Amino acid sequence: MEENRLKIPQKVVVIGGSAGSLDVLLQVLPRLEHIGDIAIVIVLHRRNSDDNILEDLFRMKSSLQVKEIEDKTLLKPGRIHVAPADYHLLFEANHLLSLDVSEKLHYSRPSIDITFESAAETFGSKVVAILLSGANADGTAGLLSVKQNGGIVVIQSPQTADVPYMPAFALDHVPVDHVFAPIEIAAFINRLGEKP
Amino acid sequence: MIDDQQLDLLISDIYDYYGYDFGGYSRASFRRRIDRIYKLDGFVHFHDFLSKVKTDADYFKRLTEEITVNVTEMFRDPSFYKVLREEILPALHSKPFIRIWHAGCSTGEELYSMAILLSEAGLLHKSLMYATDLNQTVLETAKKGLFSLKLMKEYAQNYRDSGGKRDFSEYYIANYGLAKFDENLSQRMVFSQHNLVSDSSFNEFDLIICRNVMIYFDKELQDRALQLFDDSLAKLGYLALGSKETIKYTSIQKKYEQLRKEKIWKKIG
Repeated sequence: MEENRLKIPQKVVVIGGSAGSLDVLLQVLPRLEHIGDIAIVIVLHRRNSDDNILEDLFRMKSSLQVKEIEDKTLLKPGRIHVAPADYHLLFEANHLLSLDVSEKLHYSRPSIDITFESAAETFGSKVVAILLSGANADGTAGLLSVKQNGGIVVIQSPQTADVPYMPAFALDHVPVDHVFAPIEIAAFINRLGEKP
Repeated sequence: MIDDQQLDLLISDIYDYYGYDFGGYSRASFRRRIDRIYKLDGFVHFHDFLSKVKTDADYFKRLTEEITVNVTEMFRDPSFYKVLREEILPALHSKPFIRIWHAGCSTGEELYSMAILLSEAGLLHKSLMYATDLNQTVLETAKKGLFSLKLMKEYAQNYRDSGGKRDFSEYYIANYGLAKFDENLSQRMVFSQHNLVSDSSFNEFDLIICRNVMIYFDKELQDRALQLFDDSLAKLGYLALGSKETIKYTSIQKKYEQLRKEKIWKKIG
């Protein structure tokens, strides 16, 4: 355990989603197997409530460890970290996660842009940002920042999205590396995990 | 974009010129706040910004107001207030005098929420609420008990969700888009500037409320603040934090007992 605690993630996969993205995650998460040294962070626009339904659902569907993020939770490889409702999520250089209740962006808190940008500034080329289905423009500015800092940008193909606006908007504004259907997203993450 | 070196320079200059130490703030959110004001005020060169901060005390004041996040609401997280109402206040009921510290009270929304709870429990007359913040401007706002009228519908809902049975509008008078809260509520409040980074314990309390303030600190500064709270809490007193904050893995943890899964800890040691 102690050894694991000291390990730092070699890649940080940040997944952002809004309306229609839950179904995608419920397809992707059960298929994840070899995530190795990757840490996964999920930021969804979600209802503001005290319950942990989302985390429970992910836990049910995934063989990986699912962790609800609190302030200064440690980002760990091999684990899925889920951002809470009503806080922005930021990354610290020492791999702790910070929460922030500052102004909403795109009427959203958590804001996908803020988390993508923070990941890009903190981890540069180690970042893989994945944008899923949704109804607003959140995520695009963050993806640009990921790209500028040498990270990899993936979006869900708008044709496969329940609500295509968010990935379509990103596709129009960001030079993306990959456009994937949900099942391909899972395969892609598994491949990342296999690399030494 | 301001880089790490520039951020270090800004922090050390602010400390030298004004004595405020932001070195223990969470880097990620501090950077965002600085970036935000830098863009908002149209700066292009970092040295212009730095020189403005150093030479213009009013501008520095604005900067601290921007750095300290002041997003808050009345009865934020109604379930938290429900626990205060149904469990914590009854536990304090028999005390001859109740001292409460709102650390980082911002513009006072949670402070007035607390006053309403105390009033409904018949405890307000024997309570004293110390309201502190780093930021003098928000304290002035809090003192007035004036909040935007258009938020009252949401606050009334929060109030009801927290177990409130009265008509929420009894607590304020509407005037020119503002809700002015009953002065009886603020009679038992004392306002003072206090810096969790550098100031010390100043009294002994039965309940300390500090919600979503320490999330802006790094681990080390969080430990300092928690130690300060521990020094300021009476035995069997309560510490209440924000919904995603914890005292787990800190030095004070062993002296405290968590109330189920609530973010409320009772001092037992």
